[in-house]
Amino acid sequence: MDEKARELSEKREAWEKKFFSGLVKERQAVFQTDSEIPVERLYSPLDLEGFDYPASLGFPGNYPFTRGVQPNMYRGRFWTMRQYAGFGTAEETNKRFKYLLEQGQTGLSVAFDLVTQIGYNSDHPMAQGEVGKVGVAIDSLEDMETLLDGLPLDQVSTSMTINAPAAILLAMYAAVAEKQGVDLTLLSGTIQNDILKEYMARGTYIFPPAPSMRLITDTFQYCSEHLPNWNTISISGYHIREAGSTAVQEVAFTLADGIAYVQAAMDVGLKVDDFAPRLSFFFGAHSNFFEEVAKYRVARRIWAKIMRERFQAENPRSWMLRFHTQTAGCTLTAQQPEANIMRVAFQALSAVLGGTQSLHTNAWDEALALPTEDSALLALRTQQVIAYEIGVTDTVDPLAGSYYIEKLTNDLEQGVWAYLDKIEELGGAVKAIEQGFQQKEIQASAYRYQMDIERQDKIIVGVNKFQKDETPPQGLLKVNPRVEEEQIRKLANLYAKRDQKKVEASLKGLQAAAQGTENVMPHILEAVKVYATLGEISDALREVFGEYKQERAF
Amino acid sequence: MEQRIRVLVGKVGLDGHDRGAKVIAQALRDAGMEVIYTGLRQTPAQIVEAALQEDVQVIGISILSGAHGYLLPKITELLAQEGAEDILVIAGGVIPHEDKEALEAAGIKGIFSPGTPTTDIVAFIREAVYPS
Repeated sequence: MDEKARELSEKREAWEKKFFSGLVKERQAVFQTDSEIPVERLYSPLDLEGFDYPASLGFPGNYPFTRGVQPNMYRGRFWTMRQYAGFGTAEETNKRFKYLLEQGQTGLSVAFDLVTQIGYNSDHPMAQGEVGKVGVAIDSLEDMETLLDGLPLDQVSTSMTINAPAAILLAMYAAVAEKQGVDLTLLSGTIQNDILKEYMARGTYIFPPAPSMRLITDTFQYCSEHLPNWNTISISGYHIREAGSTAVQEVAFTLADGIAYVQAAMDVGLKVDDFAPRLSFFFGAHSNFFEEVAKYRVARRIWAKIMRERFQAENPRSWMLRFHTQTAGCTLTAQQPEANIMRVAFQALSAVLGGTQSLHTNAWDEALALPTEDSALLALRTQQVIAYEIGVTDTVDPLAGSYYIEKLTNDLEQGVWAYLDKIEELGGAVKAIEQGFQQKEIQASAYRYQMDIERQDKIIVGVNKFQKDETPPQGLLKVNPRVEEEQIRKLANLYAKRDQKKVEASLKGLQAAAQGTENVMPHILEAVKVYATLGEISDALREVFGEYKQERAF
Repeated sequence: MEQRIRVLVGKVGLDGHDRGAKVIAQALRDAGMEVIYTGLRQTPAQIVEAALQEDVQVIGISILSGAHGYLLPKITELLAQEGAEDILVIAGGVIPHEDKEALEAAGIKGIFSPGTPTTDIVAFIREAVYPS
């Protein structure tokens, strides 16, 4: 410790002694973040002893990207305002998309119903009651054509929350683009395509891990050759956090999944710099404000190090962690739901201060139902206020250098590396998931969070404090109950009019490729173009790959 | 002494959100109940079969997918077919208030919104199984 630091340390001790030597009662005995990192009364330069600016932060756009992936961040352009939307039929969702674009949204984000996400057609027995409920129902290329009707795919970027059947939906999107006369090299957007967190937290898996990883590396390879501007995966912590993890676990389990995908791609012979620049990430924005800001910064810093040091990537774009953020659905309350508007705004602000590349803000009514047109609009307006009115976008990474933020960033980093080391010991993310490691960790955190609320160690306004009698809100969105019938009718028409021989031949070709090592993407593309349905293509792959059965980790 | 209450906690349909189901399962277990958790993607028939096999007094269904209007009444219907209407069926998740009446009419005895303390659910089950 140098002379100045010693002097400061003495002054700090004197200050503690002067104000806090007696019995000082504060609101709580202990203060901590959601990840149980202790929060001290005050932070000062003493908490950042040995702080190395170039190594820890550097300049934005430079390694290790702690301060952001672009050199000028939002002075250049704002994040993409990308509201997750989809319900009912392709026609209805197409209308909502156009409405949101008219209101100033800058990218599309498709929510598919669970039937689509699990690779069934709407006429499958498991689909009963589920068609069009949590997203749009897509059975074939015909539905995709309707969904994207009138949307210029060379100008708008589209994110699709689709995992197990991601390759099929991507093929449908590409087929629609071809019909619009748009060159595939101009397409920009994202498929979520992140199966590992489905086993861990989200539940829409179809195939076992090995063939699922192969489908993912096939899309990496196909896109690197044909869709160079497409984000081939969105490695997602959002759902891990929604399932109950802490911020540290969210980052650690997500980056461990990222390591597994990079390793899998390199194992099949892809060169790291050929695919790594198109990897993208997705995190949640929760309510513990400063921890969230620090979380995004630390995720960038660690990923850059992993890509450069462990995987020897040479292209700086391979080192960059680019991410989408969604405000945390699980923090929305059904009680006094208007207060959710405030929660969403603060969460969104943390994502912006953390340097997000795109953002979805939840609507206030989402603990009750899917958002209405009005509530969805208010959510978008929240982002626009942050972008245009409050000045937080005028300089890069404005919270850098805060003693607290930098200390928290360092503390989070330690916690994340400890988990990454543990997962490495267990044999990597896939093996750890198979042993139920992450699932158990997430479950323990979820239970602790709930018990904290019930003991009132954690206050949720309107839920365990400041409750009032209230009448339930009216006018929530109701999904048209006819959707299921309509989809089944459309399917019947499709079966009757398409060329059955071509469908069968394309599915046979796909199965042959799936049995070998040939890339399945061109075969899936061929199948969707002759109007093989999502369910048929998924079934063809089920026959070859088998189905995943969840271990009951309780 | 009263017998330990046996509860089947289930996820019905395609919904993959199991945070709530697992938190409830653990809370009921901590409250001294025997809990069997079905895991994801159960059909109503599978739920009923498991309930009969495990000889439970209570079925607790977690559902956030919006398919409650179809799937929950299916469970009570199948229970009735098996002569097992005495099994208490309760549900929690994202279920709009305006859907509650129809679900109650279909035999769902308790419907719990997000934010309900687990202690309320424990108390509800105890009172329903062993009325005071």
